[in-house]
Amino acid sequence: MSFHSLKKAILISLCVAVWSNPTAKAQEKPYFVTYSHDLEEPGNLEIETKTALARPDGSTHYGATTLEFEYGAQAWWTAELYLDGQDTAQDSTLFTGFRLENRLRPLMRDHILNPVLYIEYENISGADKTLLEVVGHDGQGDLATPNAEARREHQHEVELKLILSSNVKDWNISENFIAEKNLGHEPWEFGYAVGAARPLSGAAGAHDCTFCARKLTAGVEAYGGLGDTDALTIRDTSHYIAPLLSWQLPKGLRLSLSPGFGLTSTSLSRVYRIGVAYEFDQIGNWFRPTQTGAQ
Amino acid sequence: MTLKTYAALSIALCTPFALAAASSHWAHVPAKDHARVNPLPGSPEAAAAGALVYRDHCLQCHKADAQGDARKRPSLRSDNVRSATDGDIEWFLRQGDLAHGMPSWSSLPVEQRWQIVAYLRSIQ
Repeated sequence: MSFHSLKKAILISLCVAVWSNPTAKAQEKPYFVTYSHDLEEPGNLEIETKTALARPDGSTHYGATTLEFEYGAQAWWTAELYLDGQDTAQDSTLFTGFRLENRLRPLMRDHILNPVLYIEYENISGADKTLLEVVGHDGQGDLATPNAEARREHQHEVELKLILSSNVKDWNISENFIAEKNLGHEPWEFGYAVGAARPLSGAAGAHDCTFCARKLTAGVEAYGGLGDTDALTIRDTSHYIAPLLSWQLPKGLRLSLSPGFGLTSTSLSRVYRIGVAYEFDQIGNWFRPTQTGAQ
Repeated sequence: MTLKTYAALSIALCTPFALAAASSHWAHVPAKDHARVNPLPGSPEAAAAGALVYRDHCLQCHKADAQGDARKRPSLRSDNVRSATDGDIEWFLRQGDLAHGMPSWSSLPVEQRWQIVAYLRSIQ
């Protein structure tokens, strides 16, 4: 099956599921790179596409998409699978690999600062352009390599994050510290992501609405590399700042948009991100016989 | 150890835990939170808005009639909820009970948590 056929099949499946499950709702922060301490509700499955559109200097436009399956295994544990691909103009379309991720909340109560432990295994090629994190000395030069050459590089990596996140009044403020290691010979690489977001209106109305302030969440995130164990410096590293906006659409769909701006010469000058998410409620119940509630 | 001694010992060991569980469901709520009062008390608009928030975030587990699923998801029309102060419920929504499957809803705007409290009061 080609990448386009796979995308088409997934989109059709999503549309069918959405129209047959009208009450499902998604609720997440609008971040694309930063993680908050919000985990998936236990038993729920969220499917989200995150697309990054950019053009590195000296290369052509590309679009890279990751398809994310996020499952709430427990209230304190979320597991995820990512499938990545990209399409580069005047080049080719590729499946670039997968990622397996777990996020764990070690503390069972909400605190002023909430830690989450994040561990991810990545099996991707050098042609991956999804920019789900920026670490080490990642730069736009890596994204300008022709696909035929870049795909020959295999990256078996482990990524660890310490996520610290606070909800202060209606604001969420999150900080992520990233350490990534290629399981081959390369050094540990470091990076960061920070973000802040809040809904445009705190109170819910007595009537449903589609385009109103409480359905919109705005924020900003910044992320970049912090060098590696061979050169722990921010020289030749990429940094971005990106305003964020997400819109909770009817039928549980969520649309997120973010134009990102590079802050250094090694960064892409602009990255446009689009996310579409849908949450399936309590998928475990699909396989259980229906029961009536207790009286 | 005779059967009678064994039974007496078991009862002696278990009774404090059983009593604690039955009488102090909200005992661990900090006094400051326990004493908080819903800033939207008895407002029909708040309850109606809370019903929408409930539908979006709570219904999937606690069901449309708030009776739970008779397994892990408890009924919200219960003596536990009726005996709680507004502050107890808001605190519990904010904290969740991660070890037992209840997510933390600290990410919801504080007004929406109070609207849920208003809704839960309206259905008791």
